Amino acid sequence: MSNILELRDVTRVFGDRTVLDRVSISIRQGSFTTLLGASGCGKSTSLRIMAGLDRPSGGDVLLDGKTVSGLTAYERNVAMVFQSYALYPHLTVAQNIALPLTMRHLSTLGRVPVLGSLVPGASEARRMILAKVGETAEALGLGELLDRKPGQLSGGQKQRVALGRALVRDPSLFLLDEPLSNLDARLRVRMRSEISALHRRTGKAFIYVTHDQTEAMAMADQIVVMIGGKVAQAGAPRELYERPANRDVAAFVGHNAINFLEQGDGIEIGNSVAGLRPEDLSPDTAGTLSARLESAEYLGSEIVLGLRSAKGTEIRAIAPGDYAVPAPGSELRLGFSPRKLHLFDATTGARLETAA
Amino acid sequence: MRLSPDQRSALTSLWLAGPATLAMVVFIFLPVAIVAVLSFTDYQFGASSFNWSGLDNYIKLFTSSIGQRAITNTLLYVAIVIPFSVGFGLFVAIGLHQMSTWAPRLSNVMKTVYFLPVAATLVAMSVAWQMVLHPSLGIVNQSLAALGAAPQNWLSDRGLVLYTLAMIGIWQSIGYNMVLFLAGLAAIPSDLYDAAEVDGAGSGWSRFWTVTWPMLGPTTLFVMVVTATNAFRVFETVATMTKGGPAFASDTLVYALYREGFVYFKAGYASAITMVFFVFLLVLTLLQFRVVEKKVHYR
Amino acid sequence: MSRKILGRSVQTLLLSVGAAFILLPFVWMLSLSVKPRDEIFTTDVHFLPSRFEWSNFTFALTETDIPLFLWNGLVMVAGILVFQILFAVPCAYALAQRQFAGRSLVFGLVLGALLVPFHVTAIPIFLGFAQIGLLNTFWALIIPFIPTAFGIFLFRQFFAQLPSDLFDAARVDGMSETSIVWRIAFPLALPAATAFAIFSVTAHWNDLFWPLIATTDPGLATPPRGILYFRDQESGDNVGPLMAAAVITTAPLVIAFLLAQRKFIQGIASGGLKG
Repeated sequence: MSNILELRDVTRVFGDRTVLDRVSISIRQGSFTTLLGASGCGKSTSLRIMAGLDRPSGGDVLLDGKTVSGLTAYERNVAMVFQSYALYPHLTVAQNIALPLTMRHLSTLGRVPVLGSLVPGASEARRMILAKVGETAEALGLGELLDRKPGQLSGGQKQRVALGRALVRDPSLFLLDEPLSNLDARLRVRMRSEISALHRRTGKAFIYVTHDQTEAMAMADQIVVMIGGKVAQAGAPRELYERPANRDVAAFVGHNAINFLEQGDGIEIGNSVAGLRPEDLSPDTAGTLSARLESAEYLGSEIVLGLRSAKGTEIRAIAPGDYAVPAPGSELRLGFSPRKLHLFDATTGARLETAA
Repeated sequence: MRLSPDQRSALTSLWLAGPATLAMVVFIFLPVAIVAVLSFTDYQFGASSFNWSGLDNYIKLFTSSIGQRAITNTLLYVAIVIPFSVGFGLFVAIGLHQMSTWAPRLSNVMKTVYFLPVAATLVAMSVAWQMVLHPSLGIVNQSLAALGAAPQNWLSDRGLVLYTLAMIGIWQSIGYNMVLFLAGLAAIPSDLYDAAEVDGAGSGWSRFWTVTWPMLGPTTLFVMVVTATNAFRVFETVATMTKGGPAFASDTLVYALYREGFVYFKAGYASAITMVFFVFLLVLTLLQFRVVEKKVHYR
Repeated sequence: MSRKILGRSVQTLLLSVGAAFILLPFVWMLSLSVKPRDEIFTTDVHFLPSRFEWSNFTFALTETDIPLFLWNGLVMVAGILVFQILFAVPCAYALAQRQFAGRSLVFGLVLGALLVPFHVTAIPIFLGFAQIGLLNTFWALIIPFIPTAFGIFLFRQFFAQLPSDLFDAARVDGMSETSIVWRIAFPLALPAATAFAIFSVTAHWNDLFWPLIATTDPGLATPPRGILYFRDQESGDNVGPLMAAAVITTAPLVIAFLLAQRKFIQGIASGGLKG
């Protein structure tokens, strides 16, 4: 399948700070890619460079196989949804959604309120815009709100207007910068599936920036994990979860924070670090690991156990919901499947493929 | 040829910021430089050439009796206006602030009244003041006569005229200072007053000294400097009512600069007056920036 | 309790005396403007005329150039405001929302220009205008006030508070920087623009210094300049019409103030930051 967008060795330097360091990312046509990372890792800068809002200090940006470093955001025909929604507060919902179309289909003169209708072709263009805005708004359930100003909308509605403004112009690519981070938890889950549905419906490539690994895992077919201005790993969610390329990726991906065990924590791993996810570690009288129980969080379907090894390392393990929790302070034996053990180099943090 | 994005961006910035920047350079910075240079010459408007005259213009300003008059009059005017305008402004603001709790309508009307002179055209009001203070037809002298007191030549008595102008200066600026003080008063959290009440400072007087005055300190400093900078520029009232007279008794720096420069066309000398005026104001304005900074830190 | 009432009474009395002092010239001006001639030239104290003499106003509006002066004032004030905004808003936007070489230099110039009162620049500007024959034109009244450091500063502060996402969104939507300035930034800055407009209009409508210098043609006189022409012509015996003229000149701003007090006070008080 062909790549719609490609970053090749993109570097971005602000003053003496290197924000992006030889970043290469490929986005397949029609894919849903998530740029995942902590704040300040360079994921938003990457997105802005893809959009054409920022320019790389080095490297190349290719759109549909052609270099676009000389093109503006508008010329690249990308749509972007911002974290703060960036709706124009003085325009109505309809005007907000229509703006990209008015800029495209009406001349400067044609945009003038009354005079504009005298310009040849302007009224047809206006009718076309009106129809398209109505269509888009209807699809997003905004039909009732067209005459409101953004100030009168709820967070979820603003989000939909921002999506509408992106959708209305039929872009080659959708860029979304943490679009759900200002919503409350329940609305976030709902908008998540709406965005996924939108992706399926348009068939266009989506690039989605987030710091929330759950969001990334749930929506993406490719996740690019960025750490310290570099691409730490790119791949399908399952690949990232099952074969993290290094310690940091292992720490970032996965609902429960991964345990890192060293030699002396009850396993023989020599001079490397072992990563073991809490969900892969459970009480087992025949287990090889031993640790003292400190706390237990009952979550219904499961119980999260907080333990400490003899060496003092914190370990979390997950027991089934019906597990009878012993008194705090008891020594527990924990078992795991060797296939689930990830080994990392103690100094570089890189994955060691010779694991058990 | 197609420009690179960086070049396009730089051109856009130039298009946006360039005109205003150019206008500032041509109409503000260049003139300041020219005035500074002219102040060391004997240039006259319309003359085809000029001679360098060193510090002559400045010496003339500081040693001639007329020059000294303009400087001392301005300083005296400022010295009178500051305490009265700031003091009355503070008094009115506190009064209206308190009144707003038990008679908000009246308080608002009064606020409007006190602010009226700030919005009114000062030249027109000066013409009105001239009639108020008219030696025979004015309400002031008529009232004095009715009370059996001696009428005064408010605007033509050499010993009185500057004080009359200062009084009008105060009249004009109280409202402005009141507004600034009202903003300062509104910013004082009301729980401070409750705390003072609990601590036994309940009466109006002790409330003022324990809470209001210390909290208004930075505002007061700011108001004083603003009043001073405005008073330094006194021109409209002088030009309308006295033209600096009688016998230069009400001459001020800006009026002298106008007269010497644009009535007698002595550009060199007028430039020296300008520079002295500028330095006075510069010192005050820098002081004002310091005060504003302090005010921000205080909050 | 009675102490409180006494305190309030004293306070109200003092404030009323002060207010009366403030109102004195306004009342006397109004009073003289509607008094018949013989009642003006009397030595008895009368605030109210025995009959209202509207002919003073008729005279001022028909027999003198007062309407022309008002028109001149309007043209000048509008011209100054339009050009000030045309120059200041794009510059303020660039300073607040764009990166470019020399940005801090330009902002430094703005702060520096805030320190320069107009009076300081009057002589060279007069010289320059005399050179190119611009004196005694409307342009002479308008051009010197176009670069407004205060306006640039005010708008910059406002634009700096707006989220930069908003402008990025507009760029993605295909707006040029110029249309971002006028279609997005400026409409959002309307509160700042109102404050600035009130400040600018009040300052220039009331200004005497520059009109006195830049124009000698009575046909170009602004209201303050015009009142002085009128007063000096009449040499003191046409007090009624003169006061009517003063009322007419003061009225536009005072009425505007009474109608939009809060905005007016905000606008003029914001000028307190100006040097």
